[in-house]
Amino acid sequence: MTIKPPVGDFATDWDHTDPQWVANPYPIWEDLRGRCPVAHTDRYGGGWFPSTYEGVAAVANDTENFTSRTVVIGNGRPGEDAPPAPIGVAPPISSDPPFHQIARRLILPAFAPGPVNALEPQIRELCNHLLDEMGAGLDINAGDDFAAHIPVWVIAKMLGFPDEDRDLFREFVHIVLEGVDEPQEQRIVSFQPVLDYIERQIEDHVANPRDDLTSYMLNVELPNGDKLLPEHIFGTIILTLIAGIDTTWSAISSSIWHLATHPADLERLVNEPELMPLAVEEFLRFYAPVSMARLVKEDMDYLGCPMKKDDWILLGFPAANRDPAVFENADQFIIDREVNRHVTFGLGIHRCAGSNLARLELRVALEEFIKRFPKFELSDPAAVTFSQGQVRGARFLPLTVLN
Amino acid sequence: MKVTIDAARCQGQGRCFGIAPEIFDFDDLGNGVVIGDGIVDDEELKSKARLAQANCPEHAINIEGN
Ligand code: HEM
Ligand code: SF4
Repeated sequence: MTIKPPVGDFATDWDHTDPQWVANPYPIWEDLRGRCPVAHTDRYGGGWFPSTYEGVAAVANDTENFTSRTVVIGNGRPGEDAPPAPIGVAPPISSDPPFHQIARRLILPAFAPGPVNALEPQIRELCNHLLDEMGAGLDINAGDDFAAHIPVWVIAKMLGFPDEDRDLFREFVHIVLEGVDEPQEQRIVSFQPVLDYIERQIEDHVANPRDDLTSYMLNVELPNGDKLLPEHIFGTIILTLIAGIDTTWSAISSSIWHLATHPADLERLVNEPELMPLAVEEFLRFYAPVSMARLVKEDMDYLGCPMKKDDWILLGFPAANRDPAVFENADQFIIDREVNRHVTFGLGIHRCAGSNLARLELRVALEEFIKRFPKFELSDPAAVTFSQGQVRGARFLPLTVLN
Repeated sequence: MKVTIDAARCQGQGRCFGIAPEIFDFDDLGNGVVIGDGIVDDEELKSKARLAQANCPEHAINIEGN
């Protein structure tokens, strides 16, 4: 990793990988909202960070002025490296209208509540299996031993990839998401095993079609009757691996971290399980894991800022969720908050296709975890780590189970 | 009270059918749809409809009358 100078003023030099931001971004965002609602940086080749709900919503809903060609901020301007919109490298997340809608519609049925809810018993069984494996010991790592496994298993199941490859996927996710600071050449090298693996899985599905998302993508036709291009299939598979794993893992582990550090909330949830649906939305609001990026299409003045073509926009859905203009007591976690218009899954045409699945995984994971362990605390608060980059969540999460 | 969903705004965030499954359902793509004619008379259901409206991130739920 390259060593970067520490940030002095986040209003003019923000960096989402700065240790201060990684450790605790919330006071930074609050400060920016008060004095500089669209912050600027020269890092990463230049970019902007709106910290208000209004600013985030404006950019997310404006596909005329911003492109999704690249949604993960890398070092330097992407220039023409990134495959052109409208298809992009991982449809539909990297696609712009009008192709976006076509690519999105193809996958939405697989992620609609009907098929997703059918997975509930299996997810519950998996959670219990993981909890059994963690044993009755007093010291557990809820991040690596529990939270991380759930989305990996679910996605592998949907794509029809072998169960025994789960550890491999987790490595892939790190390569892609936490490698934002690697030079481009290094990223290409690190990425190769991921590409090779998916290639092998696709070949296997061509030879042995079965009832899963991979075979579906191989067979489905576009409105004009064409089959999907191999790079489209490939891109969407990568997208589900990347978008579905680290994100949900983060949501589960941050929620468990909250319960470990707020015993009154834990007790309430154990005693009033009917609160779970509201609690899930508040966990999602308060610990929203995902920020996305956009690129400015052309030079323009926007939200009062002189934006240049190919400037980055960091779309801080987690920051929008803490905006007091939209949320009462925005900086407080209120486990039974009823009015909660959070934007954790994004806004507008790119709304997270996996949101029904993510909600289900989070709810079932928490239900089973607190059933098994109604009382727990951090065994070493200083040892807890959070991920850096555009997906934020607790990673190393050592807990002591209490009686 | 009459409840409708503006299909042009709805992005399938799924809050409405989560909060008030008596009033809202989802289609094959996971977008929200109103069950039946969307007329709600029961007071408890009316407040659920309002809650769903207040939670829809896309501002896609419209309520006429009270
Ligand atoms: C708590 C967990 C999750 C969070 C917070 C989350 C968040 C997001 C956000 C904010 C976006 C919008 C991207 C943008 O505006 O550019 C997005 C898009 C997407 N997510 Fe998720 N996600 C989660 C879980 C999942 C899961 C489990 C899947 C499925 C396997 C998934 C698949 C997708 C896909 C396919 C898109 C692209 C949709 C489009 O561009 O039309 N996500 N997600
Ligand atoms: S909550 Fe809003 S966006 Fe979500 S499904 Fe219902 S109407 Fe659509």
